[in-house]
Amino acid sequence: MATDNKTADTDQLQEFRDNRDLKLQDKKNENLTTLNLGPTHPATHGIFQNILQMDGEVIMDAVPTIGYIHRAFEKIAERRPFYQITPLTDRMNYCSSPINNMGYHMTVEKLLGIEIPKRAQYIRVIMMELARISDHLICNSILGVDSGAFTGFLYVMQEREHIYDIYEEVCGARLTTNMGRIGGMERDLSPKALHLIGEFLKRFPKVWAEFEKMLTRNRIFIDRTVGVGAITAERALSYGFTGPNLRATGVDYDVRVMNPYSSYGDFEFEIPVGAKGDTYDRYLVRNEEVWQSLKIIEQAYKNLPEGSYHADAPHYYLPPKQEVYTSMEALIYHFKIVMGEIDAPKGEVYHSVEGGNGELGFYLVSDGGRTPYRLHFRRPCFIYYQAYTEMIVGGQLADAILTLSSLNVIAGELDA
Amino acid sequence: MSDLNKDINMAEAPEGHSGAGFFATSFEKVIGLARANSLWPLPFATSCCGIEFMATMGATYDISRFGSERPSFSPRQADILLVMGTIAKKMGPVVKQVYEQMAEPRWVVAVGACATSGGIFDSYSVLQGIDRVVPVDVYVPGCPPRPEQILDGLMRVQDLAKNESLRRRNSPEYQALLASYNIK
Amino acid sequence: MELTNENVLGKLIAQFGEENIFDAYDPDGIMTLTTTRENIIALIQYLYDDKDLQVQFLTTMAGIHFPDHKGRELCMMYQLHSLRHNYRLRIKVFVPAEDPVLPTLTNIYAAANWMEREAYDFYGFIFTGHPNLIRILNIEEMEYHPMLKQYPLEDQTREDKIDTYFGR
Ligand code: SF4
Repeated sequence: MATDNKTADTDQLQEFRDNRDLKLQDKKNENLTTLNLGPTHPATHGIFQNILQMDGEVIMDAVPTIGYIHRAFEKIAERRPFYQITPLTDRMNYCSSPINNMGYHMTVEKLLGIEIPKRAQYIRVIMMELARISDHLICNSILGVDSGAFTGFLYVMQEREHIYDIYEEVCGARLTTNMGRIGGMERDLSPKALHLIGEFLKRFPKVWAEFEKMLTRNRIFIDRTVGVGAITAERALSYGFTGPNLRATGVDYDVRVMNPYSSYGDFEFEIPVGAKGDTYDRYLVRNEEVWQSLKIIEQAYKNLPEGSYHADAPHYYLPPKQEVYTSMEALIYHFKIVMGEIDAPKGEVYHSVEGGNGELGFYLVSDGGRTPYRLHFRRPCFIYYQAYTEMIVGGQLADAILTLSSLNVIAGELDA
Repeated sequence: MSDLNKDINMAEAPEGHSGAGFFATSFEKVIGLARANSLWPLPFATSCCGIEFMATMGATYDISRFGSERPSFSPRQADILLVMGTIAKKMGPVVKQVYEQMAEPRWVVAVGACATSGGIFDSYSVLQGIDRVVPVDVYVPGCPPRPEQILDGLMRVQDLAKNESLRRRNSPEYQALLASYNIK
Repeated sequence: MELTNENVLGKLIAQFGEENIFDAYDPDGIMTLTTTRENIIALIQYLYDDKDLQVQFLTTMAGIHFPDHKGRELCMMYQLHSLRHNYRLRIKVFVPAEDPVLPTLTNIYAAANWMEREAYDFYGFIFTGHPNLIRILNIEEMEYHPMLKQYPLEDQTREDKIDTYFGR
């Protein structure tokens, strides 16, 4: 917990915590106000509920309730053929759906033992890093909105539209991308897509530098965020933090480096880390990660290898449509894949990718059938939100909102 | 300097009789016109569709052009309830409560497949369409709908607002509709 | 010390004995082993405290239901990660469906709190010693544990899904 003038006196707080259960039961305690924050509070980004015990402006206790958009992903996944699960993954962290899609595809590829050609891997890297940019862009600009700066939001939203244009060119959708397939990409990058990516690389750094200029040294912003919602590295690890929120506390854990997937080993980039684990550090880490993502995209874009954009795995990868009309073999595979009549081998795999928010893991158990026997998602948001109570108790109500937006908890991923 | 009068789009005057120094029309039309051009939405964004609403609010699509630049986060001052995203069964009562808190006249738009019918989530935990708990005026298809579609949904509500009879909300049919949803 | 599946397994067996660490195999490079519910907490605590292993990160917990395995229908999977050595391992515990009781892990990892609540919600695991074992995602009034294989996925209130639309 931070100890500046914003937080309650630490000893007092500790004393309060020690007998808070007693106090809460004591209905006559008139010093505390109960405040219901959510589930549809405008300042919470998504559907979370917190019942707060307030002493004036200071939060003394919080009881979170989640599950308001529980959609039963894991149950649905047990009843769907493998390729029909990709749309589900879109809807988990919908700010960076391509990462989810590709993470899931890589998991299934690991189960099936398919090798992906370099070109497909590089295209995946480009798309995943674009998704990371759009994720961080939303998070940081919303952080600006919550501390009173709407301009930055409007400004970078426009840039996000450009990222969506690229998605649209690559897969046809803007938000729920359903991008790629098990076995690679669904189509090659078109010349237009390449052009759009090139344009983006040229234009975006200026925009992002301007955005940074607006917030990073902004007096109000600093006052509102430094020391707010801090968490120590030990607690963060105990809670299972990963991703930017863990890195802000000073731990340099990044799945892209620890367990490189999809050729991340080929690229030069750095992992920014923070020091104090507060809202401002999380903001800075995300900002810097955007720069690193740009660097990765640039390298992948320049060195895009020649070759096929999908693996040679006819049992699992849909044949091109024109072949379906002319070749018997392709027709059979097409039919079998589309009808979900492809048996996967027996096995058990875990694969994780560095999602927009942290380690996004897929634990897949297959019993040799046509659907996964069990598919469990390790959802980083589910983990962050658990620590939220600890991070806001002792701070002020207005700071709690900022903490929530800087954790970037996405309701779809939280509730699965 | 551009010509200001050219840049500003004037709403068309309703039908009526005009003569030297006067213009006569019915209240219904004037009120409808006023309502239609300043509909305050309550964005009830729960998930992915809400992100597309963010894009709709942003500069590129700009919902303000239709008089809805003020998202009213308090239900009491809102005119349209824009339900965007999956509504789980746990959330159903909350939607209903928000609807009950809104003042008449109120419209409801179900944005996206989930709010319309449960979408791809035919599962034990998801409400199969918000029309099970509140009456819906406009359904916007898509998963998620493009911002243009959301804007189109808004324009359909504008049509409704323009042409609605002033007495509609007092009619026995409307009361029966609310009663069928158990809303007072 | 370089951690490999063999030497970690050897170390654990030396500590806990053959009868408590069994069925070790390696499906995807991550060693998977099974233990009993009496030993699970001691095992995770040992992995946490040991100087060479330092397995101090709980990646995830997931329940699995095997209705056909008589007497060991429910499985709890703990996946742990040693950030220091970048070494992952998976531990499974099987319990019978009539008696799905496990000790809680919340004393070692704060993350286990909600993960255990989720497992309770989905599968009905009872974690003894858990500070607040109530449903987390579903409504409190729900009467069954939806992830168990015998329960249907679909919403049972839909009337428009009649067979003629599906050619059945
Ligand atoms: S309709 Fe589609 S995009 Fe919208 S909330 Fe439902 S799943 Fe998400």
